[in-house]
Amino acid sequence: MKSDRELINSEGRRLDGRSPHDLRKIKIEAGVLHRADGSCSLEWGGNKVLVAVYGPREAVPRHVQNPLKAIVQARYNMAAFSVEDRKRPGPDRRSVEISKVISEALEKVVLIEQFPRASIDVNIEVLDAEAGTRCAGLTAAGVALVDAGIPLRDIPVACAAGKIGGRVVLDLGKEEDNYGDADLPIAISPRTGEVLLLQMDGHLTIDEFNEAFDLAMKGCYEVSEIQKKAILQKYQSAAAEVQE
Amino acid sequence: MTNEGRQVVIPGQILGEIPALQPGRGTFVENKKIFAERLGVMNIQEKFIHIIPLKGRYDPVVGDFVIGVVLEASTSNWMVDINAPYPALLHVNEVPWEIEFADTEKYLNTGDTILAKVLSVDESKKLQITLNDRNLFKLKGGHLIEFEPSVYRRIIGKKYSMIEIIQKYTRCRIKVGKNGRIWIDGDADGIEKVLAAISMIEREAITFGLTDRIEEFLKKDAKDVR
Repeated sequence: MKSDRELINSEGRRLDGRSPHDLRKIKIEAGVLHRADGSCSLEWGGNKVLVAVYGPREAVPRHVQNPLKAIVQARYNMAAFSVEDRKRPGPDRRSVEISKVISEALEKVVLIEQFPRASIDVNIEVLDAEAGTRCAGLTAAGVALVDAGIPLRDIPVACAAGKIGGRVVLDLGKEEDNYGDADLPIAISPRTGEVLLLQMDGHLTIDEFNEAFDLAMKGCYEVSEIQKKAILQKYQSAAAEVQE
Repeated sequence: MTNEGRQVVIPGQILGEIPALQPGRGTFVENKKIFAERLGVMNIQEKFIHIIPLKGRYDPVVGDFVIGVVLEASTSNWMVDINAPYPALLHVNEVPWEIEFADTEKYLNTGDTILAKVLSVDESKKLQITLNDRNLFKLKGGHLIEFEPSVYRRIIGKKYSMIEIIQKYTRCRIKVGKNGRIWIDGDADGIEKVLAAISMIEREAITFGLTDRIEEFLKKDAKDVR
């Protein structure tokens, strides 16, 4: 696919004015829903994501239970109004795949051995989409799991890198994703640097892949700091209010 | 008032190293380093680092007093919801009444509230509870409210100080379950006040001097005190 507009100009400025190594603006708030055990609302550029976590609770039906550990059931769903044309509601091939990879990424960080036979349900609702919703969803899910008081080895975080106009850049926007050359979303455990999720769409040479991977890693650490700040802000403010 | 010793920690945060400190509740160890496994406040007692959780499900421990709601009655047992990840089993041998076979519904039926004790928790987290003890019984009437199980200790207070203050000023009968449930019986005004006090404790759980503030709050419009 080719676009008439240059995705990145000769000075290295992108369509929205970012330089190749800039993230879009991220805003995270923890504990926004009262009925869920844990929740998070996240805005990442033009993405708006709402995540609700329930559990651990007994997994139903019985045959999905694991007698030794808990299962993590993430459900990624896009709202009908999240894209320009109406998205046909309900799970489709794309969202089933994303639900699966996110579930597996989260299972690696939750201490699932502590809750045999249980299920931890993560509902990821994409309200507004602008490229990189799986990364936004997984990042928000990490905050919501902490907010639910679920034991974790680490707070998972995700970020994407890609290639546009022959250059490797961080965090693709909508046009860059649609008309770019490649997209590489990854999720990591920032404490250990372990990779929890890695997907690729498009073509990259090995050198470009390594460059994009390192860039995405760096992006993850940046997002991780925003996550931590959001959680501490929510829970330290309770203490500060009364201290005055 | 300072916030020292009441540091909020998040999962994966490094807390210390092993020779100098020892891992306690809510922590895990990797390469001789101690990490927090959940959101909570850090507490160091005699070299042991504990995390007092701020949020999270009730984790049943043998001997805990819990308030349960009966889910269903079978021929020889009841299934009871005790707010844990799993339902608990109450066998007919574990109740103080003589029950004929399949007569379980006459004594406890769906929706009934009981004050029970956790009898056993096995390795696959199968739970059993009992009513065979002093102070364990079916709770008739009253109101049932839920709170964050992690603030149980604050609601009880040091040597029951907090709960005694609440009872004194509201003239209500109160039973607190470790599983994050409170049963209240009394007049409407009293119940109203207990609810306000509980939500205040929940909100301000990680601060010092809470008991005094609650007493002040309840004293304001207390008419007659026992």
